[in-house]
Amino acid sequence: MRPAVLTGEHYMTGDVACAEGALAAGCLFFGGYPITPATEVAERMAHRLPEIGGTYIQMEDEIAAMASIIGASCAGAKSMTSTSGPGFSLMMENLGLAVITETPCVVVNVQRAGPSTGLPTQGAQGDMMQARWGSHGDYEIIAMSPASAQEIFYLTIEAFNLAEKYRTPVLIMTDEVIGHMSERVIIPKAREIKTVERVKAKGRKDRFRPYAAGDLGVPPMANAGDGYKIHVTGLTHDEMGYPAMTVEAQYAMMDRLVGKIRNNVKDIIRYEEFMTEDADFIIISYGVSARTGWAAVEEARARGMKVGMLRLITVWPFAEDKIRELAARVKGMVTVEINLGQVHLEVERCVAGRVPVRLVGHPGGTLISPDTVIQTIKQEFGV
Amino acid sequence: MALWRVPLDAEQIDVTLGIVHIIKERCKGCGYCIEFCPKEVLEFSKEFNQKGYHPPRVKKPDDCVNCHYCEIICPEFAIYSIEAEQEQANP
Amino acid sequence: MTIAQEAIREATSHPLDDLLRTERIPHIWCPGCGIGTAFSSCLIAMKESGIDLEKTVMVSGIGCSGRGAGYVKLDSYHTTHGRAIPFATGMKLANTDLNVVVFSGDGDLFAIGGNHFIHAARRNVDITVVCVNNFNYGMTGGQAAATTPHLAKTTTTPLGNPESPFNLPLLAYAAGASYVARWTTLHARDLTTAIQEALANPGFSFVEVLAPCPINYGRRNKEKPLDTLRLFQDKSIIKNNAHPTELDVDWEKGVVLGTFVNNPRPCSTDMYDKTCRLEEKPEKKTAA
Repeated sequence: MRPAVLTGEHYMTGDVACAEGALAAGCLFFGGYPITPATEVAERMAHRLPEIGGTYIQMEDEIAAMASIIGASCAGAKSMTSTSGPGFSLMMENLGLAVITETPCVVVNVQRAGPSTGLPTQGAQGDMMQARWGSHGDYEIIAMSPASAQEIFYLTIEAFNLAEKYRTPVLIMTDEVIGHMSERVIIPKAREIKTVERVKAKGRKDRFRPYAAGDLGVPPMANAGDGYKIHVTGLTHDEMGYPAMTVEAQYAMMDRLVGKIRNNVKDIIRYEEFMTEDADFIIISYGVSARTGWAAVEEARARGMKVGMLRLITVWPFAEDKIRELAARVKGMVTVEINLGQVHLEVERCVAGRVPVRLVGHPGGTLISPDTVIQTIKQEFGV
Repeated sequence: MALWRVPLDAEQIDVTLGIVHIIKERCKGCGYCIEFCPKEVLEFSKEFNQKGYHPPRVKKPDDCVNCHYCEIICPEFAIYSIEAEQEQANP
Repeated sequence: MTIAQEAIREATSHPLDDLLRTERIPHIWCPGCGIGTAFSSCLIAMKESGIDLEKTVMVSGIGCSGRGAGYVKLDSYHTTHGRAIPFATGMKLANTDLNVVVFSGDGDLFAIGGNHFIHAARRNVDITVVCVNNFNYGMTGGQAAATTPHLAKTTTTPLGNPESPFNLPLLAYAAGASYVARWTTLHARDLTTAIQEALANPGFSFVEVLAPCPINYGRRNKEKPLDTLRLFQDKSIIKNNAHPTELDVDWEKGVVLGTFVNNPRPCSTDMYDKTCRLEEKPEKKTAA
């Protein structure tokens, strides 16, 4: 019998590290469906969950996988699923259900090149805008992008913590390269891992208002079987959780739903700056492309170019203020991502023409070379 | 609706007496309780409820055998019966 | 009858009110709609079965019947279209103490959600599925469904349905459901008994309820609400243990009602525990 937290030094892939992070965070339910390159997350969970008293189930499709983790979370279990592009598309409707019902859960997207079946075994970062806007209607979402196997372990724990704290689905937007790359992963002792649990409903059961704002705008949560006899619906609802088909109800619900994320971006957003203090040019990157960015910064510095990098760890919500601040003091920016310009659009929006912004990207299947980044900076900014 | 079939021991059964209760404002006037009452106890009333439907009224109060069929087929939770003696004990 | 007696008859509360969100009544279902009757039978069955109602959950999908979850005073979840069963599966597996009842319609469970139904039946997930079959999509105004009888008129089959409907009990049986029954809303008492048996069955239970949809289906097929119920009365054949292949919904021949499968076998969680928890089986954790 192995414990939930496999304390020690390991050599494991990003997918496996992701699964171990979930277990360390207290995940007890995984609804899976095989898809390259995310299958290894499900396989690891299928091995490990029964060992620690959790449950793995292989559902009939990704729609069902997503529905099952929402159901499991409503029953009180921290729950997760993993997928890649095609499955991510199928999960979008129920992702919206998790958003509107404020059900904590974690969805891992090990991205591959699309559209459609695309390049199943080769990485990309082409689902970033889908992560932001893929389900219909307005909403806010949290999406994190790890750059190493070690980081995916920690970010998966963080994802569960944010999901529980804000009662929202959290996305881990990783990619094939991180997912399949074996690296050293150090798993700390269980007591050194900080885990967050949802704020539970308390007080008189007949007076409980399941969707009345609590701290940070997040309502305390009653799980199924807690005796609160709550109603949960995907329809626009009032504080009782009852369907309310009015403009006023829509305003009130959306205000809180979106507000609980927007008003707490300082707590949610994580990023890392690398040699930005004196930089003239900034690389904006995330996930595996940040590794290109690091190499490019070091190479550029060696050539005497003042280049730094802002690495987005939380991609959504977007680090708008940070990018505006950088735009005010640098001469140019490049977005490095493996797609044809997604996060790049957000960078352009925040920079708002103050400095030139260029994209270094391609449609997926391989990584971006640091040389391409340096060449772009040279050509575009005349360094 | 007459009985679908008459039980062989019908003569020996001690038939209970029921009192029908109607929540008029819930009624949507489908008429199922009236049509399918095995003792034809109910009929449409002439009055309208607030929604504009004719709720049922008790036509033959002494004939109700407290079978609860009206209660179970009513889609609106608008009608039920209580055993007569029990109700007298607990008004 | 005295005036006092008349006053008593004008009641304000119903015996099922303790299981209803009475502040939300009247419900949205049309006059003569059978969903209310099916729902009422379901509530009576839950009440009389003696199960712990604090640990009982109703899950619905989308559509008229999907609104059921909104009226029951239990933990209740109104999910997305077709996905009530996988949602319920996750819920049951995460906390096996819960009694999970899926109450939804034919379009929801068998067209958009058909894949989930067969897989939950195959796994024998310990949930009870009550399907109100009103032969069409009512909420959207009466379109053809996977259960619409051949030649029946709907807004999307104006000249009659060219397709054949599912035989739902056959589908449930073939997929592995361990309890399968079919009744109509007219047979509300048998229906209640069937739902009680379904709740008691430790595995995947399926109860089909044939129900009138007077506004959207009946109107276009020249059936008044009472006509539909009379059809249920005149053309139904009660035959327990009938072979599932005999259960086509064909009102010309007559429609067979009854309990067709009552064959308990180990449910999904029992098989999971036995197969997957090899070493010193830990207590199954139910998250606090």
